[in-house]
Amino acid sequence: MLQTKLRSLAPKNDVVSFLILAAILLVALPILFDIFRLNLIGKYLTFAFVALGLVLSWGLGGILSLGQGIFFGLGGYAMAMFLKLEASNPENTQIQSTPGIPDFMDWNQLTELPWFWEPFHSFGFTLFAIIALPALFAYIIGAAMFKRRVGGVYFAIITQAIAAILTILIIGQQGFTGGVNGITDLRTLHGWDIRTDSAKYILYFINVMLLLATLVAAQYIRKSKLGRLLVAMRDSEDRVRFSGYDVANFKIFIFCIAGIFSSIGGAMFTLQVGFMSPSLIGIVPSIEMVIFAAVGGNLSIFGAIYGALIVNWAKTILSESYPELWLFAMGAMFIAVVLAFPKGLAGIYESYVQPWVDKKLKAIQDKKAKK
Amino acid sequence: MYQQKDFVLTIEGLTVSFDGFKAVNDVSLYIEEQEIRVIIGPNGAGKTTVLDLICGRTKATEGSIKFKGKELTKLKEHEIVHAGVGRKFQNPSIYEDLTVFENLELSYPRGKKVWGALTFRRDQEVIDKVNEIAQMIFLQEMLSSPANLLSHGQKQWLEIGMLLIQDPELLMLDEPVAGMSVSERKQTAELLQRITKERSVLVIEHDMHFVEEIADRVTVLHQGKVLSEGSMEKVQNDPKVIEVYLGH
Ligand SMILES: Nc1ncnc2c1ncn2[C@@H]1O[C@H](COP(=O)(O)OP(=O)(O)OP(=O)(O)O)[C@@H](O)[C@H]1O
Ligand SMILES: [Mg+2]
Repeated sequence: MLQTKLRSLAPKNDVVSFLILAAILLVALPILFDIFRLNLIGKYLTFAFVALGLVLSWGLGGILSLGQGIFFGLGGYAMAMFLKLEASNPENTQIQSTPGIPDFMDWNQLTELPWFWEPFHSFGFTLFAIIALPALFAYIIGAAMFKRRVGGVYFAIITQAIAAILTILIIGQQGFTGGVNGITDLRTLHGWDIRTDSAKYILYFINVMLLLATLVAAQYIRKSKLGRLLVAMRDSEDRVRFSGYDVANFKIFIFCIAGIFSSIGGAMFTLQVGFMSPSLIGIVPSIEMVIFAAVGGNLSIFGAIYGALIVNWAKTILSESYPELWLFAMGAMFIAVVLAFPKGLAGIYESYVQPWVDKKLKAIQDKKAKK
Repeated sequence: MYQQKDFVLTIEGLTVSFDGFKAVNDVSLYIEEQEIRVIIGPNGAGKTTVLDLICGRTKATEGSIKFKGKELTKLKEHEIVHAGVGRKFQNPSIYEDLTVFENLELSYPRGKKVWGALTFRRDQEVIDKVNEIAQMIFLQEMLSSPANLLSHGQKQWLEIGMLLIQDPELLMLDEPVAGMSVSERKQTAELLQRITKERSVLVIEHDMHFVEEIADRVTVLHQGKVLSEGSMEKVQNDPKVIEVYLGH
């Protein structure tokens, strides 16, 4: 019984894909690249959390959010606030007119730490906030929209608007948020310097382990009845409703999960890259995140991760040489994927690579059998 | 004239107005236990709208719908389902991307909340019930095929099966034999006769042959109003009905 349950949760193909991915991320990449490159890859992988959430909400459930940057930002800022407070201890900030508060507050003539910054002195609270804030926020947005049966394009536009509003708010409230520069100059976590090479190695592995754990969670949801229900809702929402399900609750749930995933990614971004700013929250980054999932294949949890890696890698290469071309390239990539490969890389893999591998494997087995 | 407690479904003075157009206008309907009632009427008569009103898809402007003494007009769709009303849509509405088994399983009355769905286990009870229903709807050989491979008629059966597995006390079917072959129609008539032993059935149908075969009583709807009601024979001989509906 347990065995059949395990098998249905993890079909052989998925186990193989999981092991290959784990081997690439945990062994191959750390061997192949120096810490500078590996740290970049770690940064790319923080977007894979978002893409993974989109596979669940968009691919499976048909809920397209163009505002996942909101949640990436919530997690990222929560972590950044904690780190910033630690970096702003009275010794480090004694030249300020108000020592002990973050530098940008001092520049903005604040003389006291705002109340909502206070709890971020605690690492425990920060970790809690990284999960709870996006869940709460997604719940509020989801309940407001889905209970009223707002969906499809309207939902996408509204999430996008919220992402835009949040960016404007953060930029406008410089004294509280660090404004357009974001929260920078982050140094230590409980005294552990996160800027050293060894810390970057450790953070890379923590990031990968978290990503793999998130992947397992996503697989569990996908393979549960709830996962099939999401597919069913995409096919025929009314049928689901008239089979006795409160459709809105399931949409809210999966939107919350996608938000939490994104938030974890955001927190890991802050840790590995060392800052958090509005440039990671707004409309453009939010759309980029959708493209990661689309390129990888919005139905494939593995595709999402490869999509995030490959598109970000292409972005780095392109924007090193032709920064102004990136937006066009991104648009072109999106159109190409949608028109030519609606299932993304995962679709290409399934229809070309997989059959080839299966054939080869079968040939080998046949040979063995003959002997 | 009628004693309320004898009826599974009591509809009184039901009216819905879409921007002033009364698609259903002061309709009253009484359905007994284990009755098969068929609603007929020309296109646009308001038949589907009556079902929409009962199952909560459309909100009534006026009137009341009582199901086993419970007022349905105030409930949400999923609450009406839990009260015991099942509804099949006019266009077969199934989950094309899932298998026949999964289609039926999703309708099984357990794990209907988020947490329940997340922790739902496909145990023997579920498997047995799905098999039993699949047998009834002639799809036992197709359990593992994706639903989009089914023929139109088989999709209709699948949707009926999805309702049966919920075990509703009132089953509402909107044109269940549309697009079916003659032999499929016959099988469906038998199926309906079999399943009505434990429940009441409200059917909308255009196919007079089929109606004759299954109906206990027939209600004729015309321009949102009840034009005539009674046995098939009585209705067929009603001059008003002949004029608007059967005459051509
Ligand atoms: N939501 C709605 N908004 C506006 N008008 C509607 C709505 N639903 C139904 N109608 C109108 O109400 C009338 C009755 O429609 P209904 O679908 O109930 O007819 P029907 O008897 O089921 O016809 P058919 O035999 O073609 O299925 C039609 O004129 C239709 O256009
Ligand atoms: Mg109709």
